[in-house]
Amino acid sequence: MSTFVSDTATVFSRELRPVLRNPFSVIFSMLQPLVFLALFTPLLPDVLGSDGSALQWFVPGIVVMSCLFGTSATGSNLLFEIQTGSHERMLVSPLGRPSLIVGRALKEIVPMFVQTAIIVVATIPFGFELHLAGALLGLVILAVFCVGLGALSYTLALASKNQEWMFWAVQQTLIFPLLLLAGMLLPVDNGPAWLRTAADFNPLTYVVDAERALFNGEILSGTVAGGAVAAVVVAALGLLVGTRAMRRVSA
Amino acid sequence: MTETMIRTSGLTRHFTVKKQTVEAVRGLDLHVGKGELVALLGPNGAGKSTTLRMLTTLLRPTAGTAEVAGHDVTADPRAVRSAIGYIGQGNGAGHSQRVRDELHSQGRAYGMNAAAARTRAAELIGSLDLEAFADRVVSSLSGGQRRRLDIAMGLIHAPELLFLDEPSTGLDPQNRANLAEHVRRLRAEHGTTMVLTTHYLEEADQLAERVVVIDHGRVIADDTPERLKSAYAGDRITLRFDHDRDAARARTCVLGIADGAVTDLTGATLQVRLDGGAELAPKLLRALDDTLVPVAAVEVARPTLDDVFLNLTGRSLREEAATGSEQKLEIAA
Repeated sequence: MSTFVSDTATVFSRELRPVLRNPFSVIFSMLQPLVFLALFTPLLPDVLGSDGSALQWFVPGIVVMSCLFGTSATGSNLLFEIQTGSHERMLVSPLGRPSLIVGRALKEIVPMFVQTAIIVVATIPFGFELHLAGALLGLVILAVFCVGLGALSYTLALASKNQEWMFWAVQQTLIFPLLLLAGMLLPVDNGPAWLRTAADFNPLTYVVDAERALFNGEILSGTVAGGAVAAVVVAALGLLVGTRAMRRVSA
Repeated sequence: MTETMIRTSGLTRHFTVKKQTVEAVRGLDLHVGKGELVALLGPNGAGKSTTLRMLTTLLRPTAGTAEVAGHDVTADPRAVRSAIGYIGQGNGAGHSQRVRDELHSQGRAYGMNAAAARTRAAELIGSLDLEAFADRVVSSLSGGQRRRLDIAMGLIHAPELLFLDEPSTGLDPQNRANLAEHVRRLRAEHGTTMVLTTHYLEEADQLAERVVVIDHGRVIADDTPERLKSAYAGDRITLRFDHDRDAARARTCVLGIADGAVTDLTGATLQVRLDGGAELAPKLLRALDDTLVPVAAVEVARPTLDDVFLNLTGRSLREEAATGSEQKLEIAA
């Protein structure tokens, strides 16, 4: 167990180091959600938010969206390291196979925190009202979700190691339905029944709903619990398949 | 008898490519003693890299066993990994990492504490001449600089056994010489056991003390380069004359002196293949002089490992170098 922890810490800090050395890389990747915020928010009808503010409804969605975009693409880093030979060098080291994926997935939490902080700070001057306790709990749920999503992205990278196009094809094909069906950019409540049913099967829907509740200060609610469960399920699933895929690489 | 470092028994690996079974390695028995410097030589697709990947735990054998540095590769891969160093065909360092950071992570991966990893990284930066770019990002390094970093990473835990997979592929002659120099120094200073794969004949010849020739997944010869050459290929003496009839007369004379020589007469040129050709050449020239056959030019060539491979398989390694691809096979697996 102690080797698992120290191996995971080694992988985690190796992954994190380039980010710390070059923090601008995280900030540059933030431009997209900020553009979405700037161009999308004015289009939203004010009736969406519980207190009538579009920003209050939209900001949590954008927070989840930037996590979704960044984390689902993170497998491409592993794909690149598989191609250059860097991953092979990790495989030949005594690092535990589960640590190779858990350490990488855990690292995803850090840019997510930074991005959320930037989004919140950027929107407060425009009237976004921050409920700190709820937002912090929201970050915890999002962190759990992030780890699962990161592990899934790495699994996809391992599965498509011989054809890079497959990684991007699958990632791009999945990301937009997931995003739209979770009601991240537009509410699905007024959509047709089939769309609402599809949304019910999307774990991301529960995470987005929970983040909305939490960022608006609503902590003890079924919505929040639902989001927490969905995040834990995604994390468990991601780590399970990821660990198995990593073990199979050297078989 | 030296202490054992590697012992394989019936080591076998099959791949399934498009529903067909490819036997990449077929029942390989190999013994490497402590302190040996062994080259696995063979054309692309011969099974050398597959063998290396099984020995380094990157690939599970289909059948047979391999014990590396005292541990079984299947039963206790972690113990094998802790003991061995590996320098692969690609570049081991992550492109977005800095040189010093990557060495530090590498040290941590082998269980060193932070202070020990830092000290060892600094040591290797010094000994492999990485100082000038130690705090630069790997993607900004040249090919030769990256290769030196690969060596440094392979040596981070001062392994007693080091594997090098096609170490000089893609290097220019200067960096190739540089790599050979590092390999020799490691042997001299630390007595590290080394196993390398190569399809460069010169590399195997100059660097290795023992050459294991692999073809179609099997060991077809295994000895020192010198002994392989004298066992499987003789020296080649080329004699040129001014007239065809001189060459023909010379052949009769040569066969009278050198028993077992193989001669090949083309026009005014006579080729003689025989063991100990360098020693016999002066005698041959004197004899030809005595019989009044004027020799226009003489050349004595030592056999190469390519001659060895040619005599063993009927194919030339040089021709094979461009065809087939073991790498593709492994990616597909």
